[in-house]
Amino acid sequence: MVLNNVEKLLEKYDNAETSLKEEAQLRVYFESDDVAPHLEHYKPMFLYFSQSQQEQYTKDVPLKPKRTKLYQWISVAAVAVLMLGFIIPTVIGPTQEELKKQELAMEAYNKTMEAFKLVSLGINEGKQQLNSLAMVSDNFNQGIEEAGRLSEFSKTTNKIFKNK
Amino acid sequence: MKQADFVSLVMPFKDKVFRLAKRLLVSREEAEDATQEILLKLWRNKEKIGDYKNVEAFSMTMTKNFCLDRLKSRQAQNLKIVHSNYTDNSSSLQKQVEARDSMDWVSRIMEDLPEQQKIIVQLRDIEQYDYAEIAKMLDMNETAVRVNLSRARKTIREKLTNTHRYGIK
Repeated sequence: MVLNNVEKLLEKYDNAETSLKEEAQLRVYFESDDVAPHLEHYKPMFLYFSQSQQEQYTKDVPLKPKRTKLYQWISVAAVAVLMLGFIIPTVIGPTQEELKKQELAMEAYNKTMEAFKLVSLGINEGKQQLNSLAMVSDNFNQGIEEAGRLSEFSKTTNKIFKNK
Repeated sequence: MKQADFVSLVMPFKDKVFRLAKRLLVSREEAEDATQEILLKLWRNKEKIGDYKNVEAFSMTMTKNFCLDRLKSRQAQNLKIVHSNYTDNSSSLQKQVEARDSMDWVSRIMEDLPEQQKIIVQLRDIEQYDYAEIAKMLDMNETAVRVNLSRARKTIREKLTNTHRYGIK
């Protein structure tokens, strides 16, 4: 590039009137090896600019999709459900009072059963007594038959008495 | 928006965000943190990204604001971060050796600039945005951008000329 031109551009550059293209021209000029000695002091500036332009961001950015967060919570939910499974029966299951009531009911049941047993014993006894009654009636019937025979006997005796 | 879409959207300007952050915060680690923060913010608001006309300009504005906030809180904590990490990973070795000193000087000179000018030089001379874009990013008018840029360039040149002369004499 012509030196004259460069000087003009530099002046424009200092007044911030250069376009991007002109600035690129300046950069090319100062990056080359034949820079006019009286402009040498500009060189590091342009070198520095193009050098820092190449610096890069190399770190990785952890971009996590939002879904993974949900997955994380699923395990927590599972644990919570498990815990509830253990806790609910102990908390909501039969309380002491209910247990006492159950015991009382069992006692009452047992007592009534005993009473019923006693009653049935009495009934059995009555049955046996009835049996003896039936025996009595049997004997009674036998007696009646005997009495029939007796009346038969008396008939014959009466006949004998009439014949006399 | 899927992760791949987001990455391809952010890819072109994530380095610019990082460089601007580094320009303002100086330390590489802090700049990395800031960049990550900015990208995560964008990612979290990815549903709204479609509404922005120019995601890149928006991100640069965000970066600027974020870094200035950082600087403010750093001043409040009175914390000075020591840095010694000027990476030079370009130009031929010989050029580097020749220019390293003066390039260090340039970066030091730029550090001394006011924040506003620093940002403008960064956006213009390093990232090569045009004036309209810079004006939009910084919420200034173009003339103000030009004035600031001109001032910054002159300061850099002046200081550089001085050190150059000292170096020779």
